[in-house]
Amino acid sequence: MRKTIKVVDLDCANCAQKMEDAIRKINGVQEVTVSFMAQKITLTADDARYDEIVKEMVKVCKRVEPDCKLMV
Amino acid sequence: MTKRQKKMLARILVSAVLLVVAKLLPLSGAFQLMAFLVPYAVIGWDIVWKALRNIAHGQVFDENFLMTIATVGAFCTGEFPEAVVVMLFYQVGELFQGYAVGRSRESIASLMDIRPDYANIEREGKLEQVDPDEVAVGDHIVIKAGEKIPLDGVILEGSSTVNTAALTGESLPRDVEPGDDVISGCINQSGLLRVQVTKEFGESTVSKILDLVENSSSKKAKAENFITKFARYYTPAVVIAAVLLAVLPPLLSGGQWGEWIQRALIFLVISCPCALVISVPLSFFGGIGGASKSGILVKGGNYLESLADTSLVVFDKTGTLTKGVFNVTAVHPDSISEAQLIELAALAESYSDHPISRSLKEAYASEIDTSRLGEVEELSGRGLRAEVDGRSVCVGNDKLMEEIGVKWHPCHRIGTTVHVAVDGTYAGHIVISDEVKPDAKEAIRALKQQGVRKTVMLTGDAKAVGEGVAQELGLDQVYTELLPADKVERVEELLRNKSEKETLVFVGDGINDAPVLSRADIGIAMGAMGSDAAIEAADIVLMDDRPSKIAVAIQIAKKTRRIVRQNIIFALAVKALVLVLGALGVATMWEAVFADVGVSVIAILNAMRALKVQHNG
Repeated sequence: MRKTIKVVDLDCANCAQKMEDAIRKINGVQEVTVSFMAQKITLTADDARYDEIVKEMVKVCKRVEPDCKLMV
Repeated sequence: MTKRQKKMLARILVSAVLLVVAKLLPLSGAFQLMAFLVPYAVIGWDIVWKALRNIAHGQVFDENFLMTIATVGAFCTGEFPEAVVVMLFYQVGELFQGYAVGRSRESIASLMDIRPDYANIEREGKLEQVDPDEVAVGDHIVIKAGEKIPLDGVILEGSSTVNTAALTGESLPRDVEPGDDVISGCINQSGLLRVQVTKEFGESTVSKILDLVENSSSKKAKAENFITKFARYYTPAVVIAAVLLAVLPPLLSGGQWGEWIQRALIFLVISCPCALVISVPLSFFGGIGGASKSGILVKGGNYLESLADTSLVVFDKTGTLTKGVFNVTAVHPDSISEAQLIELAALAESYSDHPISRSLKEAYASEIDTSRLGEVEELSGRGLRAEVDGRSVCVGNDKLMEEIGVKWHPCHRIGTTVHVAVDGTYAGHIVISDEVKPDAKEAIRALKQQGVRKTVMLTGDAKAVGEGVAQELGLDQVYTELLPADKVERVEELLRNKSEKETLVFVGDGINDAPVLSRADIGIAMGAMGSDAAIEAADIVLMDDRPSKIAVAIQIAKKTRRIVRQNIIFALAVKALVLVLGALGVATMWEAVFADVGVSVIAILNAMRALKVQHNG
């Protein structure tokens, strides 16, 4: 399943990259891009665990950049 | 500016004033330190806080941490004003970055401001404003003058002119009347239109385009990946170098600790990779935005990057270089007048629905009086024999003429030749051909100007026709009489015979050439207004059907690449220079701040140029 998630207050391009790297490490993520320019995340992941993966992603992003919010 | 940015601006101003005050106060020692700590706290408290918090999360080496170390270090070595200024400039740079990125994001969003907000639906004779999502196929909607067309459909009533500028970049409005298709995203300029919806909103052109544009930033260019990889090593490397610089010289050669620590702090200020990391995607984003302003939709930065290396352009003929509409291009009568020849041919062919018959009837232009027509006999693969005004008329190709024993002569004009014989005598011939698009020749010339090495045309048409068109347009190579599968084979052959660095572009109308579009390095589909097959199969989509846009796209790609390279080289060069000067003790904290923030700002300003496109038609 592929979905795009809006991100609010993603202020730094380097952090976007770090978030992307961190999300990619989550088990079950097939493809992910964090676009600093478009302020959104495109996530492709296993259907069965999608919601779980999204939850995990929110947590990971919080750790990397606590100021930005994912609009899940 | 957003609220957050305004707040930051206020903090910057307050801190700057306090800094000046601290500088002017006649204090010394600990009191002076206190005086400078006030503006530092105003401007930098959040950076220090974030640095501490991120360390707790296991994130070292981020920019907050680096700025904190650098400024705290400056305080420790007695450089009070420098410490405050570094933090101040850093925040100014961040503010500007945020502002500039926000602005370019907005201007690209406004380019794509084609999303319709509502549809006027007719229900029980009354008009109701609803969300375009709620309209079903077959519903009747009303579009008033000045409104956006919300969904694709066909006009039932009313005629108007529609403005397609937002989709195609074409400023000339298009006339529409009942029976015509209208495409969502266009603006109805003059009359009231009643339209029957043919596609639901999610499938309408406007949704497809928005989806494409919004997803374009998820495909990253090579340069972008290079930079992010580079950044991953750059920061730790510079930080390690800073540590070594602070520790080794005093230990080995007995230098002053204070002085070497100061030099190391300069390294820390420069070690932030933000200027690079931000300016590359911003440039591609701008290039894609600028292209869409001209009706060229690019599906990702990687395609724009690779388009800049285009050296081979392969065209499909029909519908791409030619209009795909057959027309009578020459009438050569032998014994009768031109008008009589066309009349005879049109009458004889009046029952046929073949494209050639249609073009003959179109050329005749008047009502066909079928009562003049007697018996008609179709002669498959050759033409037909018909009785017109009691005379026997044969209309067909060379073979038919041979068969009925009429002496005929070939035509020097390129195209399909239709011979006409009346009662066994040759009356003349009519040439029918597909018309070349008005800008096709110019398109090929412009491509050559952009450094394209070779232009190739593929066509299923006869040899004479294909070669004629190729010669007229100045193409380098032509393959004729190809079946659809042969086209893929030809493209594969061309792909094998080019070097790795060169890009092969295939241009088609997206209707029958999806396999070829996906096989080429870059597939460009043109005339995509309303054709979702094309939008899906291609990497780059030209909204209107003008081949000259290909050269424009390449030009934009090259400009974007130039800007990306400038930014990478400029940022790296300045940073390297200041690093060297800093290590030698020539550069100070001030130069370091410029190498960080100043370079970011300049790179961002440069990247925003990618958004601007020279408009030529």
